[in-house]
Amino acid sequence: MSLADSSLAKAIQPVSVTVDRVSLSYGNHAVLKDVSLQVQPGEFFAFLGPSGCGKTTLLRLIAGFAHAQDGRILIGERDVTDLRPWQRDVGLVFQNYALWPHMTVAQNVAFGLEERRLPSAEVRKRVGDMLDLVGLSALADRRPSQLSGGQQQRVALARTLAVRPRVLLLDEPLSNLDAKMRVQVRRELRDLQRSLGITAIFVTHDQEEANTVCDRIAVMNSGVVQQVATPMELFSRPANLFVANFLGTANILAGQVDGVVYRLAGGTVMPVPAGTQPGSKLVLRSQDILLVTGNSEPAAGGIRLSGQVRDREFLGNTMRYTVGTAAGDLQVDVLITVTAMPQSIGDAVELELTPQRALYLTH
Amino acid sequence: MQASVLPRLRRAAGSATAGQIVAALAIAAFLLLFLVLPVAQVMIAAFQPRGGGGFTLVNFVDFFNTDLFMRSFWNSLYVSGMAVLVASVISLPLAYITARFEFRGALLIQTLGVIPLIMPPFVGAVSMQLLFGRNGTINLLLQDYFDITIPFMEGLNGVVLVQAIHYFPFILINLSTALANIDRSMEEAAQSLGSSGLRLFRRIVFPLAMPGYIAGAALVFIKVFDDLATPLLLNVKDMLAPQAYLRVTSIGIADPMGYVISVVLIVFSLLSMSVSSLALRGRDYATTQRGGGGLDRRRLSPVQAVLAYGIVVFILLLVLSPHIALTLLSFATVWSFSPLPDSFTLAHYGRVFAESAGYMKNTVLYAGLAAGIDIVLGIAIAYLVLRTKMIGRQWLDYGAMAALAVPGVVLGIGYLRSFYDITLPGGVPLATLWIVIVLALAVRRLPYALRACTAALQQVSVALEEAGENLGATKLRVIRRIVVPLMTGGILAGFVTSFATAAVELSATLMLVQSNADAPLTYGLYVFMQSPAGRGPGAALGIIAVILVAGCTLVSHLLIERHRRRSGATR
Repeated sequence: MSLADSSLAKAIQPVSVTVDRVSLSYGNHAVLKDVSLQVQPGEFFAFLGPSGCGKTTLLRLIAGFAHAQDGRILIGERDVTDLRPWQRDVGLVFQNYALWPHMTVAQNVAFGLEERRLPSAEVRKRVGDMLDLVGLSALADRRPSQLSGGQQQRVALARTLAVRPRVLLLDEPLSNLDAKMRVQVRRELRDLQRSLGITAIFVTHDQEEANTVCDRIAVMNSGVVQQVATPMELFSRPANLFVANFLGTANILAGQVDGVVYRLAGGTVMPVPAGTQPGSKLVLRSQDILLVTGNSEPAAGGIRLSGQVRDREFLGNTMRYTVGTAAGDLQVDVLITVTAMPQSIGDAVELELTPQRALYLTH
Repeated sequence: MQASVLPRLRRAAGSATAGQIVAALAIAAFLLLFLVLPVAQVMIAAFQPRGGGGFTLVNFVDFFNTDLFMRSFWNSLYVSGMAVLVASVISLPLAYITARFEFRGALLIQTLGVIPLIMPPFVGAVSMQLLFGRNGTINLLLQDYFDITIPFMEGLNGVVLVQAIHYFPFILINLSTALANIDRSMEEAAQSLGSSGLRLFRRIVFPLAMPGYIAGAALVFIKVFDDLATPLLLNVKDMLAPQAYLRVTSIGIADPMGYVISVVLIVFSLLSMSVSSLALRGRDYATTQRGGGGLDRRRLSPVQAVLAYGIVVFILLLVLSPHIALTLLSFATVWSFSPLPDSFTLAHYGRVFAESAGYMKNTVLYAGLAAGIDIVLGIAIAYLVLRTKMIGRQWLDYGAMAALAVPGVVLGIGYLRSFYDITLPGGVPLATLWIVIVLALAVRRLPYALRACTAALQQVSVALEEAGENLGATKLRVIRRIVVPLMTGGILAGFVTSFATAAVELSATLMLVQSNADAPLTYGLYVFMQSPAGRGPGAALGIIAVILVAGCTLVSHLLIERHRRRSGATR
């Protein structure tokens, strides 16, 4: 995607999106429970969570296709809670693109402009600009069915951006693309969003997509926002066990907080920081556990656990061992080097836990 | 020498097994003998001078120079066009109300879509005379209260009204399906770009539903154009299909005019079929993704609700009127020049059961055999087309579907011409045996069964078959143990559609029935309805036919539902 369209960038005034104590249920099934969050102007924001967590419903709520029983939605300073979809000026790119099969590419892109009763010369100019922007000028007279998945996606994006919406909403925009296209398109999306400066919200169940594209992420589960943070914060300081599990590989070590220590099943103890919740569980990332070979001494404060290799998975640059210990099966990532001999299944090994890397999390 | 023939044949046939080749050849022979040959005979006869031999266009010149035929031609066009128009006026509000609003009567409308089809249209013709005719209930009441009459049933009007009420479900079903297949995101995308209301409907919803509507309309047009019995019973003789019948039955099978009319009927069939396929080509607008399909349903406001129910009830009454009148007629002692029958009796039913059991037996036998032949052929053709690489396999499909373009009258005439001269030992012409009626019905209804079987087979993943072969089952056993059981729902649907439509068919049958003993229900009905005295028993027979077909349809519906529930997990 080339980015020459400065008129489009100038025409877009970044606005904030505020979701204020929104609840929504279908019958007895609560889809969203008291959800509040604020998307900053110009931010690329993600709703991330497993299927059924309510992320798509929240997006449709902002677009006006779902109706909350409680709460308000604000776009900028404007309360849009009671506005119909066509009054909101919010651009939504559908998961299936929703291109109209009876119209050509150009007609699809022109639709929203015609609905706004723009003069036809202006419509033509803007359609041309948008197709240039997404690099599809040569395909203007094709039907959507004659385009590849990636091209359809660009048409959907062009159609949405043509009307210069105040906010851009993307519903799993990469899910219908193959793996290679996905990486390319997500870069294009991020570049486009940055250069336009438009506020964008992206719904996905794929943490890698959210991490690489978005400034901040709201992790959702069962209709509740679990944590709102930058990708790195989510990874290094997850708010609870769900977030830790959903992003990256988290080992939960069996045991419980006992005064100033965490007593692991098997008897080993780790000192806990002050203020740790009594019901917390000890969580360590797979790369934060060392697999010790030879007769080295533990590092200062390091705690050793003995175990046996149960399984191993080759992940390219690392080997992921599953090690059975008294505190349960732990996953340990070890960088593969030329010199180190890989462990075999059945080998007895020592694991070293670093208290500084330990997370104490509750449900 | 002998041994090398089969492998060579197999290579030529695209690596099919011997069994598949035999099946393909048998199907091809069946289609050639009972579809292609009779139709070809008709075409040839139309271009031959009276008495045979040579090539001539003189018959067509005669056709276009004869006032009666030209009038018949224009009348047929007019009636078909008007029937499409009236059927559209009935269908559009029904389809729109169900697609767009939360409407409790949706089931009612679905049922509405089936009710007319379970009664032969010509049966409706008689009972609608009693309601809407010059001396029918409505006009008698209008005369009493307002001193006016409306010529609902006069001449061509009657044919238009009867046909529209009978065939509108084809438009309703196609249009409703098209609307239901529009993904909600199509509409939401337009809304989020600022479109709403009528503009949204005009620019997005209507164009997306258009191909479905045109397909339905083309079907109605050609059904009406080809129908024979309805105009005959309403005493309208100057239309094309009745003319073809009258020429052949009154002047004989040597008269070329019957064949010329047949060619005209075929040409129009092909025309309207190509209109419908052009409408659908490259515009397969079935846009639904997994999950929620259909348009966003809105609540009806109180005023809209009253309006909607009003429309639906009005149409329901209109659609049920032939059934109501037929029921009354079947119990009536005398019903003429009065809004309602004078008094009621069970005598007609008694008479029908005593005299006409043969008709019912014949109908079940013929329609059952025909539908059985259809699903066997349907499964075989679907399998050969979808699962083998045999050269020319598509032609089996095209051949079977070509039956759609052949009007019943034409097929009947073709059978008479092709098989009358073939005599069996004992001097009986082949064309007079009842099995010929079965074959005609089977050929006529094969397209329905074939489409149902093809759709069913398409839903069976090839991997399921390969898994069976991998575990040691032969192709034939895989078909029997895996493919056919998984296709059951579709097969049953195909069987029932073929059965129910064959049971109410009359066009080809009317030409082929030679004796009362061999006649099916519809023929008996037709004979009864011709005389005023026969109308009571005729109506009773009609009610029995309706119950028979409705019962079969219901049973099959239940069977399909049960099958769908049981195999739900595998879909």
